[in-house]
Amino acid sequence: MTRPRIGWIVALLAILAAWQAWVRLRGVPDYLLPAPTDILAALRDDRGRLADDAVHTAGEMLAGFAAAVGFGLVSAAALHFSATLRRAVYPLLVASQSVPVVAVAPVLVIYLGFGLAPKVVIVALVCFFPVTVNALDGLRSVDPEYLRVMRTLRASRAAIFRRVELPWALPSAFSGARVAASYAAVAALFAEYAGGSSGLGETMQTATAQLDAPLVGAAVVVLAGLALALFAAISAAERLAIPWARRGM
Amino acid sequence: MHAVSGILVTDVTKSYGPVVALDGVTFGAGAGETVGLVGRSGCGKSTLLRMVAGLESPDRGGISVGGAGDEGGRLEHCALMPQADLLMPWRDALGNASLPLENAGVDRREARGRAAELFAELGLEGFERARSWELSGGMRQRVAFARTLLAEKPVLLLDEPFGALDAITRTEMQEWLAVALGARPRTALLVTHDLDEALRLCDRVVVLTARPGRVACELDGSGGGGEPAREQALGALR
Repeated sequence: MTRPRIGWIVALLAILAAWQAWVRLRGVPDYLLPAPTDILAALRDDRGRLADDAVHTAGEMLAGFAAAVGFGLVSAAALHFSATLRRAVYPLLVASQSVPVVAVAPVLVIYLGFGLAPKVVIVALVCFFPVTVNALDGLRSVDPEYLRVMRTLRASRAAIFRRVELPWALPSAFSGARVAASYAAVAALFAEYAGGSSGLGETMQTATAQLDAPLVGAAVVVLAGLALALFAAISAAERLAIPWARRGM
Repeated sequence: MHAVSGILVTDVTKSYGPVVALDGVTFGAGAGETVGLVGRSGCGKSTLLRMVAGLESPDRGGISVGGAGDEGGRLEHCALMPQADLLMPWRDALGNASLPLENAGVDRREARGRAAELFAELGLEGFERARSWELSGGMRQRVAFARTLLAEKPVLLLDEPFGALDAITRTEMQEWLAVALGARPRTALLVTHDLDEALRLCDRVVVLTARPGRVACELDGSGGGGEPAREQALGALR
């Protein structure tokens, strides 16, 4: 287990060293391409502002993600139980994915104002699809032999859902949640670009306008940290909730 | 406990598209009797079990279990033990066995308690909390059998319960099953491709031909009919 861990650290350090050397040796000005040490300095100097931004953006990510998981799981169950609903809604759901968030975001800002609401809705919209589709796939992929046996073991429809279909679908639902977690940061950023008064996206916009590239880089680092943290939290929850998933199936 | 009930299969025919799986199959199992169904793979044995269980219906002919002819009625009487153990990895061994009790509305703790009593009886003591991947093939089949028993149905349908086991474990498990079945008189259908296994475990053995499945002959279990009858049955299986 130690080898691959050391591997990515070595690779990252090598890239950073090459980057640093390129910028310093060629004398690239920091408003074009800041060196890693410039970004580090920005992280230190602007830590108060970045921390406030991070809290703000993390709130949008978490609220949107949680809403997406909640609505996604309920929708997946509803689509699973009703073939009519599935035929009516599923194609629309897939088609809705071809509408770019960048296009929808400004419209939502017009509807919902510049507060927290449009950001949460945008994050939820982006995260909803992978959660729903993966959970639904999981529910629909149960080995029919299990369903037959359950029927001879006195199981009602509700018992089959609770004791077989739901646990069976959990690994798949968790992969959907992991994909959604990796989308949440980008979605929150888009939302703030479209109409934000605070958050990492807003800081990146103002810093870009002021040619403060090191601060932009620092905001990117913080955003990546948030995305990784959410992803790691979902993976940890998965290990705790379904320890059997890596072994049993 | 339910009253024991018999099975009557009359002139059953079942096709899947152009493939005739079963063609005019007729046999019966008296209340409390263990009947073996022997045939090569692909002779429709599993299909027959699923139809007896009320999970499917024949294209023609009738099946009655304990007097019930409709799917729901048959389902009410039968518990099916599938070929693959189909234990659920998200439950421990005891939780798998107590599943039918929980399905029937028994409180989870009481269900586990009753399953634990059966575990002691079936030689599963000490494996209550084991997960399916920690159990050997033979142990998994025992847990699956406990689960089937705890459905508390008068009719047991066993589909190749030892099909996936090695020869030594298989012999052990046959002896184990003979004891377990002897301890509780129920009607049982045992599907297998091994004639000697069926003769050892069953009161009567029905031999099916392959594709389409038809009844070739019937034998008494425990050596009844002697070597000539066995030779005739083996001939039909070839």
